[in-house]
Amino acid sequence: MSETFFGKPIKRKEDPRFITGKGNYVDDMKLHGQVYVAMVRSPHAHARIVSVDIEKAKNHPGVLDVFVGQDLLDAGIGSIPVGWLLDGLKTPPHYAIAVDTVRHQGEIVAAVVAKDSFTAEDAADLVEVQYDVLDAVAHPGKALDSNAPQVHDDAPGNVAFEWQIGDKDATDRAFETAAKTVSLSVRNNRLIPNAIEPRASLADYNAGTGEYTLYTTSQNPHVHRLIIAAFVMNIPEQKLRVISPDVGGGFGSKIFQYPEEIIVLHATKQLGVPVKWTAKRSESFLTDSHGRDHVTEAEMAVDENANITGFRIKTKANLGAYLTLFAPAVPTYLYGTLLAGPYRTPNIHCEVTGVFTHTTPVDAYRGAGRPEATYLIERMVSRMAQALGMDAAEFRRKNFIAPDAFPYQTPVALQYDSGNYEPTLDKALQMAGYEQLRKEQAEGRKQGHYLGIGFSTYLEACGLAPSALVGSLGAQAGQWESALIRVAPTGKVEVFTGSHSHGQGHETAFAQIVADRFGISMSDVDIIHGDTGKMPFGWGTYGSRSGPVGTSAIVKAVEKVQKKSKKIAAHLLEAREDDIDFENGNFQVKGSPDKRLSFGDIALQAYLAHNYPSDLEPGLEESAFYDPANFVYPFGAHICLVEVHPDTGKVEILRYIAVDDCGPQINPLIVQGQVHGGIAQGAAQALYENAVYDDNAQLLSASYMDYALPRADNLPSFEIDHTVTPSPHNPLGVKGIGEAGCIASTAAVANAVNDALEPFGITHLDMPLSPPRVWKAIQDAAPAQAAD
Amino acid sequence: MEISMSVNGKPVTKDVEARTLLVHFIREQLNLTGTHVGCDTSSCGACTVLMDGKAVKSCTVLAARADGAEITTVEGLAKGDELHPLQEGFWEKHGLQCGFCTPGFLMASVQLLERNPDPTEDEIRQGLEGNYCRCTGYHNIVKAVQYAADKMRNAQSVAAD
Repeated sequence: MSETFFGKPIKRKEDPRFITGKGNYVDDMKLHGQVYVAMVRSPHAHARIVSVDIEKAKNHPGVLDVFVGQDLLDAGIGSIPVGWLLDGLKTPPHYAIAVDTVRHQGEIVAAVVAKDSFTAEDAADLVEVQYDVLDAVAHPGKALDSNAPQVHDDAPGNVAFEWQIGDKDATDRAFETAAKTVSLSVRNNRLIPNAIEPRASLADYNAGTGEYTLYTTSQNPHVHRLIIAAFVMNIPEQKLRVISPDVGGGFGSKIFQYPEEIIVLHATKQLGVPVKWTAKRSESFLTDSHGRDHVTEAEMAVDENANITGFRIKTKANLGAYLTLFAPAVPTYLYGTLLAGPYRTPNIHCEVTGVFTHTTPVDAYRGAGRPEATYLIERMVSRMAQALGMDAAEFRRKNFIAPDAFPYQTPVALQYDSGNYEPTLDKALQMAGYEQLRKEQAEGRKQGHYLGIGFSTYLEACGLAPSALVGSLGAQAGQWESALIRVAPTGKVEVFTGSHSHGQGHETAFAQIVADRFGISMSDVDIIHGDTGKMPFGWGTYGSRSGPVGTSAIVKAVEKVQKKSKKIAAHLLEAREDDIDFENGNFQVKGSPDKRLSFGDIALQAYLAHNYPSDLEPGLEESAFYDPANFVYPFGAHICLVEVHPDTGKVEILRYIAVDDCGPQINPLIVQGQVHGGIAQGAAQALYENAVYDDNAQLLSASYMDYALPRADNLPSFEIDHTVTPSPHNPLGVKGIGEAGCIASTAAVANAVNDALEPFGITHLDMPLSPPRVWKAIQDAAPAQAAD
Repeated sequence: MEISMSVNGKPVTKDVEARTLLVHFIREQLNLTGTHVGCDTSSCGACTVLMDGKAVKSCTVLAARADGAEITTVEGLAKGDELHPLQEGFWEKHGLQCGFCTPGFLMASVQLLERNPDPTEDEIRQGLEGNYCRCTGYHNIVKAVQYAADKMRNAQSVAAD
């Protein structure tokens, strides 16, 4: 196979429609006769619903109907289920519209349908809800207090689950014999995903066929169909078609099945017209699943040679008021299993308590569990290096898993497929000019300039996932991926993929792979996704799985098409199948290059079937399902240089260097874009973003005025490079890159700030490292110095 | 109330409710859905259009206020099949991923380059701080605007020669 397109920085096929305003997002769609729904939401975090009076709203001109929780129960609509079970997990019901109690601010109490969105909003204000307001709790630590308000009657003490991994006794022994130990108490701050496209759903019921169509902002339309049809609404699965057209960013928040999707489906059937809902940003803040929010105590032990010997972790993970699809997996199997990082850590023990609070549900957000683990490991490693008086880079290098140790079995279940960590660190150090930076840092400190250098030599596990493995761990889903390749008689190719692109550039990257393998132009290949009416069942896009898993299914389907094509070519060229080569887009007889047929010729003959092998079916269309043998394990070294201004507490990122290894890159332009965006999101957790609740569990940071999403002038340009260590277990050797930047960068930035603060005697500051927090820490730590 | 304006060079006259925002008028009544709504606080810039040549957040402008104005949306940026240098720059430099914020960035960048044809990186970052992008980390957006600035300056110097 000649690689004309694979590995090239080809500009994206999907871009022309986006740069000319021709994208097709859910809110852009208009169906004949469509009406609109507005939600009445609880202003309280915890309250009993005494009464909901809908009369005034119902009588408002233009209003078609108003639904309350009981209406959905009466229609047989059930709870939205959780998709990952753990031993002893409490799974209280989660209804689309609250029935008797609200458990977080923004929970839906009634839904008002009207002829236009403004009328619906006006009428929503006329719904009168009487609440009996109850005490609420937002903090995962406080929720475990014996006198804390209870979120669910059937989850005593607000405990959703208790989970552990690793060998406790062996880890305790490692600490008993340690030469040195360090400990940190760490809050991993809560984040709000903030895809710039607000969620939107448009449902259309066809009374003639009994089929529902749901246009919705989903990263995984088949998962939506399966769960909503089979588990929530009791619709025959084939009667629900879910379409996710262009989707404006997801970052995890569009994986889940949301109440509004159930409501528009119910309303369209009741009213016989298409029903649309589009989130206002304030609704996004209050109801899109949040991310992170851990409270952790961690300890690390080393022997006398500075080898890490033990890592002990206790985490309280905030799950919010209800369990959404992957919520139990994120702080357990996507977190505890990653705690070895790239280091030889023979003994690890991690305990996690999943905690219900009166807050928005918390689930997967870019990286999902792995950023939390990486932040913890990398903060602890830097803290240990500091305590040992060792260079942060050298302590890491000393503890890296050696390149000849793969496959490498960690003490926390994972087996790393491939890795070579030192070259990424070396390259990053060289790009940074590390020795010079340390000199500048030392010089600067003498003059009151506080530079900080932070490392994050991360490893992550992505490409979810071997189905049997995740099944044994509690997943109520498979994690393979599908592809269907349909070759038209003219040789044009449609590729139907179970992956979903919401910014990742699949229409380009996937076409590169297919065009190469058929020897055709990229414009002859269309990648089609996001429609359960077209694609075979697919699990969708999250966990950086489209590269390693999605493309592997495509390659398998391509190989089936090639195999059949070869049989047709052999028949037509009157040669043995073994004697047919495929080169430069032509099937040709070995040694007789003039006896050849193009891929297009074969496609036409497959459909004409006039002169055709008797043992072969006509047509040229193949599908494949690919179940990965393992996760893939990308890694890299990130270095951040900051300056902390002690007079204001302001942190400035001066430089950001990243060397990542995701194996061979299908399209470096797209890979770089993923890395840039990931770094920005992770850095923003370290410096800016924070979801803040008050003591009544009211979300204080519920708008762009209060939640600091980074703007262009808050970030630098990034200096990035890569190394290439293929995965041994998928056809292209590729590893995922969608989340790596975000997994790595939080720790690099936080380590840099903590490094800058070392002269003040500060060993750790929690995120976000905002000016007031940094300034106050400096004041508290070194009043004499600050007064100078 | 009846309002008239020119949108992408075409005259339009429509009846609107007095409270109608320009962005809703453009999206719902003119069916020009390239202009997006990303927030309700004039923070995100996804709704940016040009009104009489100035970039405005169309979620903060009443449609009635635009009566008599000349409006340009992202749909009016290219000249037929010929992309605007900014559109070309965003495509060449991978300045977009999900594409949702892109129309707003394009329109804000038009104004930026009109006011400052040769901006530094800092000036680009400051000039675009009214627009949010969650996908790109802004890195390639800066590159895209630089690409367009170079191309537009070169075109001008060729024209001047």
